[in-house]
Amino acid sequence: MTGFAVLVLRDLRLVWRRPGDVAVVLAFFVVATTLFPLGIGPETNLLARLAAGVLWCAALFASLLSLDRLFASDYDDGVLDLLLLAPWPLELAALAKCAAHWIVTGLPLAVLAPLLGVAFGLDAKSLLVLAATLAVGTPTLSLIGGLAASLTLGARRGGALLALLALPLCIPTLIFGASAVETSVSGEGFGVHLAILTALALVSLATLPWAMAAALRQGGE
Amino acid sequence: MAPPHTPPRLEAPLLEVLDLACQRGGRRVFEGLSLVLEAGVLLALTGANGSGKTTLLRALALLVPLEAGVVRWQGKDVAADREFWRGQIAWLGHLDGLKGDLMVRENLLIAERLRGGDGSRVDAALATFDLTNLASRAVRTLSAGQRRRTALARVVASGAVLWLLDEPLNALDAPAQTALRTALATHLASGGLAIAATHTALEIPGARTLELGVA
Repeated sequence: MTGFAVLVLRDLRLVWRRPGDVAVVLAFFVVATTLFPLGIGPETNLLARLAAGVLWCAALFASLLSLDRLFASDYDDGVLDLLLLAPWPLELAALAKCAAHWIVTGLPLAVLAPLLGVAFGLDAKSLLVLAATLAVGTPTLSLIGGLAASLTLGARRGGALLALLALPLCIPTLIFGASAVETSVSGEGFGVHLAILTALALVSLATLPWAMAAALRQGGE
Repeated sequence: MAPPHTPPRLEAPLLEVLDLACQRGGRRVFEGLSLVLEAGVLLALTGANGSGKTTLLRALALLVPLEAGVVRWQGKDVAADREFWRGQIAWLGHLDGLKGDLMVRENLLIAERLRGGDGSRVDAALATFDLTNLASRAVRTLSAGQRRRTALARVVASGAVLWLLDEPLNALDAPAQTALRTALATHLASGGLAIAATHTALEIPGARTLELGVA
């Protein structure tokens, strides 16, 4: 088994031992999104138009919630030194941490979102589009958040700084994720938006692990 | 990719450090530091708090950038092949490097697999530090000394040639200190090399001492 797989499985096992951390994130997503239909009232047309933006923003905030501990926990207990000293590329270790984060955050968000979309009166096709955009878009959020987490390693008030760093970088993903669902609601083609989301994910995948590794080496000094 | 524990030729120096200099936070911690160590040697780093013991260990592992100087392993500059060099090192920092939510044995197995090993030495290493009956306890439930023993067992289980140890005796009781001395002696006798920052004498026959912070 490669170090990459070992690290992904280790992080999943740690989440399994402490499921509360992930449960809080998913509960936040559910509560935050259901507040909107309750606050706005049963105006189905208005809700359907808001759905994409609200669900995407809530997913973005939810995935950032758990990110401040992504590298900080390994930094605090000294395991980061062992990752820095592992005889394989640190870029892969950073990617493994983000992959584990996506499996326990992004993927459940993509599964949950269509269920919540029902409360916004989205049609069946748009619910599927919503799930698809989140499935393709949340890896980008995990990678960008991972970069912010590695840059704020050891910083005081790292959580707030992390959000400040990560949120602006997530704007393109947010725009194309939400607009894919909107165009689906208004009955237009959404393929282009989905393609751009995929492109954003691939560009993040191809560049951010290197940036994260560099930040971790600095932080590990 | 487990580093093979091949005893190198005894006459050649295993580790050479030439004219090393390091800065931390804008302050020169040491400079012009040179070392030549053969297989089977323990080097004890001593010196006051803040004299650069930890920095030297981190510099040797290339965890901090070298301001000047070169580190050679078996005659080759270690900066040329960092992944190979990292494979030669077993690291014990001042933090234990253990996950509190994982069990003792899990911690060792995962650490060993992250190094590319198969974990075959884990059970023997646990026995060395009398941890066999704690193997399925979560590390967060252990005392400081028990955690330190687990971290030391991780070093032993790595099978790496070079042990870099930062205050290995911290929090250890008398039987655990004896176990560490025995493990160190076995490691050195099989052609290993160890560098330990310490305030307490390790009492290993033939150990060399380098006092830092003496201008």
